[in-house]
Amino acid sequence: MIDIIQTYWLYFLVGQFPNGPLGGLALTVLLAALSLTLALPAGIALGLARVSPFRAIRWPITGLVYLVRGVPLLMVIFWAYFFLPTITGVKTEQFSTMLMALVAFNAVYLAEIVRAGIVGVARGQFESARALGLGWWRAMRWVVLPQALRSMLPSLVNQFASTIKDTSLGYIIGLTEVSFIAAQINTQVFTHATQVYLLLALTYFTLCYSLSRVAYVLEKRLNRRTAAPARVPLSIEPTTNPAA
Amino acid sequence: MPHFDLSLVLHGQYNDWLLTGLRLSLELAGTTFALALPLALVVALLRLSPNLALRTLGAAYVEGIRNVPLIAHLLFWYFGAPELLPDDLKQRLYARNAEFICATIALTLYTASFMAEDIRSGIRAIPVVQIEAGRALGFGFLQTMRRVVLPQALRVTVPPLISQTLNLWKNTSIATVIGVAEMMYEAARVETATFRSAESFAFVTAAYLGVSLVITGLGVWYHRRYPVRTA
Repeated sequence: MIDIIQTYWLYFLVGQFPNGPLGGLALTVLLAALSLTLALPAGIALGLARVSPFRAIRWPITGLVYLVRGVPLLMVIFWAYFFLPTITGVKTEQFSTMLMALVAFNAVYLAEIVRAGIVGVARGQFESARALGLGWWRAMRWVVLPQALRSMLPSLVNQFASTIKDTSLGYIIGLTEVSFIAAQINTQVFTHATQVYLLLALTYFTLCYSLSRVAYVLEKRLNRRTAAPARVPLSIEPTTNPAA
Repeated sequence: MPHFDLSLVLHGQYNDWLLTGLRLSLELAGTTFALALPLALVVALLRLSPNLALRTLGAAYVEGIRNVPLIAHLLFWYFGAPELLPDDLKQRLYARNAEFICATIALTLYTASFMAEDIRSGIRAIPVVQIEAGRALGFGFLQTMRRVVLPQALRVTVPPLISQTLNLWKNTSIATVIGVAEMMYEAARVETATFRSAESFAFVTAAYLGVSLVITGLGVWYHRRYPVRTA
């Protein structure tokens, strides 16, 4: 296993980078970070639409959320891979295809996190903001969202970890992220498939487990902060969150 | 772009391909579910066991499996693990449907790690006094779990388990990477044979969505029929 690491570590980390396109672990992390960052504004917009007082906004977006959540990510990637070129007329390469699929997919999942965050803020907060004369938008913008976003932080970190795992699907469309590179290394070494794939698993594990620990610590800290002042929900509403 | 013509995938040979794929996807999900659920229960009990070594084992299983993407599991079980088998066993594996077996192993281990966490948090939602009362009445750990805690935990646990089943259903699509001829594989095959990606993907998207909606509907029904009782 040591020889494999010694021979291929650079290839594993950055692909053919200085002499070719960026790949490997660096590409995996870059893709995950970029897609989550780009999806966040869209996720907030969709999340707000999910709690909008207007049915005309709420229903189509709810439909979209159910549609995307009912379909495998791989399906979204296939649509993007085969359709973007037909629509735009330009042959998109794997990176942008994967990025777009992940942004679309993440936006919908983030929308649910945002919605849960908004619903989790005690309703009295919103009602008192409205009573103080703020409109719907301003009450959301200045009172509800800041609190909701803070409570969402651990979920966002977890979403980052699952996005890192999702980027591995790039393998199927030939994107040179870390799983693809591992398969390449496997065909070159040929006789040590177990070791190569264990190494791949270990890499993902290190990354995602650390992130999940970060999320855990954040959640603990947040709970300590919010536990201090008593928050009395004004309306009696079930706070269950089906299929979170 | 040629006009969109669904009849291509609704009748004849291509329809047969896609339906075979759908059947295999359902089989894969069903087999995995049947195997993953008992495994998940065992792992959840390990994680709650009074014995530190067993608890650590349970935690290592859950964290080790769910922090690695499913593709890496599939690649490992298909390309890596058979290498470790003795020759005659390997022959026997490849004589059968090796892809399906390896995919089932990978999916089962993966799904069980998530289900175990759902079962564990369901059990933890039951007040500790219930366990203490069970123990005080003279039941052992397993007896307390079976007779006192698990029946109560069931209501809390079923909805997240249903949404885990939905994830399992969607995850079967990834088995296509090791060449399991499930629905996604067949979709790609129809696409290659006809160049009609829109029709073939539309069919498969509808099939995935249809089954997903049934599973989601089941969750909603259960939630209404058996709401969580708060003490």
